[in-house]
Amino acid sequence: MTDVGIMSNNPQLNKNGLLQHLLTTEGLPAPILLNILDTAESFVGVTERDVKKVPLLRGKSIFNLFFEPSTRTRTTFEIAAKRLSADVVNLNIAVSSQSKGETLLDTVDNLSAMHADMFVVRHSQSGAAHLIARHMRPEIHVINAGDGRHAHPTQALLDVFTIRRYKSDFRNLRVAIVGDILHSRVARSQIHALTTLGVPEVRVIAPKTLLPTKVERLGVHVYHEMTQGLKDVDVLMMLRLQNERMLSARLPSTEEYFKYYGLTQEKLALAKHDAIVLHPGPMNRGVEIDSAVADGKQSVILPQVTFGIAVRMAVMSILAGN
Amino acid sequence: MQLPDAEQLLANLIAQVRDDLASSTAIVGIHTGGVWLAERLHQDLGLSLPLGTLDVSFYRDDFGQIGLHPQIRPSDIPFKVEGSHIILVDDVLYTGRTIRAAINELFDYGRPASIRLAALVDRGDRELPIAAQYVGKVLDLPSDKMLALEKNVEGKLSLSLYDRRRDNE
Repeated sequence: MTDVGIMSNNPQLNKNGLLQHLLTTEGLPAPILLNILDTAESFVGVTERDVKKVPLLRGKSIFNLFFEPSTRTRTTFEIAAKRLSADVVNLNIAVSSQSKGETLLDTVDNLSAMHADMFVVRHSQSGAAHLIARHMRPEIHVINAGDGRHAHPTQALLDVFTIRRYKSDFRNLRVAIVGDILHSRVARSQIHALTTLGVPEVRVIAPKTLLPTKVERLGVHVYHEMTQGLKDVDVLMMLRLQNERMLSARLPSTEEYFKYYGLTQEKLALAKHDAIVLHPGPMNRGVEIDSAVADGKQSVILPQVTFGIAVRMAVMSILAGN
Repeated sequence: MQLPDAEQLLANLIAQVRDDLASSTAIVGIHTGGVWLAERLHQDLGLSLPLGTLDVSFYRDDFGQIGLHPQIRPSDIPFKVEGSHIILVDDVLYTGRTIRAAINELFDYGRPASIRLAALVDRGDRELPIAAQYVGKVLDLPSDKMLALEKNVEGKLSLSLYDRRRDNE
């Protein structure tokens, strides 16, 4: 397949300034982010009812296009679509047409000929969702469910939604993102969302080998040691150590990584006493996070999963209505 | 055009509803004006079941035309709908489409024993077979006008008439 590259322009908004696609949190204005979070609040109530379903997207067809393996994210998108009464088709393309040589755009052309209304796309190439969005007819919406190292906007949105649920005001928070920033599309999307929503201090804590060059340009404060980086922090956003993306040996060993960057109760005590701990999952227990923290009272990791459904319902219904 | 006093219509509505109360009666207001009225009804009638509120945005029939409402408030039904006698409250009853959406939403919480409708103003021109059991006043209004309930800082309710924007109601 061809290298698609990241588009320099931002085709997420339609001519009326409304959200047409959700491809990245970068460049999205705060009112659009807040509208997604506010709408998600209403969907939290829906998911707690006996009938966990609203008729909003009845008759719409949503295709989950996963060119990269993922069970959790695909499942949450599937549940979100079903709770909106949409028809969902899951395509695990890594093992079908791509292996037969079909191009990315041929694949989506075929699916849009089946009257798709929305595509949820995960791809190992950065920019894949942008490419599909630019290629589509204007009535079709695209959600990026993770592209290469570039962006994972719904994960970042559910993270900031979770933070708002526990910490109310973004404008007096100190947030630390810890771990493999270099390979993490989640971290990039989190940084853009947090800074747009007015978080005054976003820190990244990682060894030099797991930080992108010139990461300061994103407006973050860089720390290499947990003892300094976690001091007085309100929110800790742990990242998964991406073993499958670790092309070269950037770390001596996972044990060594846990010793310096794994979140233990002892390290967590450096943060504020009411600090919360987030993790996008799936967790590597004993690598980036200790079980005592993951299952501890400051962990909001399972609420993140629950809120993730409501946030994805909000994104899908806002897009479908625009 | 001289509009009636909303507070007087509300007193009228409360008197009608009072005659029909049962122990399992619950009040549910439709955002936003209906919630203001429902709060007053709930307080004045001293009901034991907590007040419910509905934002029908997820059940509207014009989503395909106008998309999702930009400011949705969470619906909150803090009592068991199954078997309860519900009085749905809205400010202005017009096409009936909002009420259709509200009834559909209520049924996703359970099967109520009955649903009745209280409206401060019934302005006619229904597009669905829906009627209110309790009405503050029937008003005949030109179709290019929109009637809105408003609440001032002291909590006093009043009615105002506006030129209709196409995307309203």
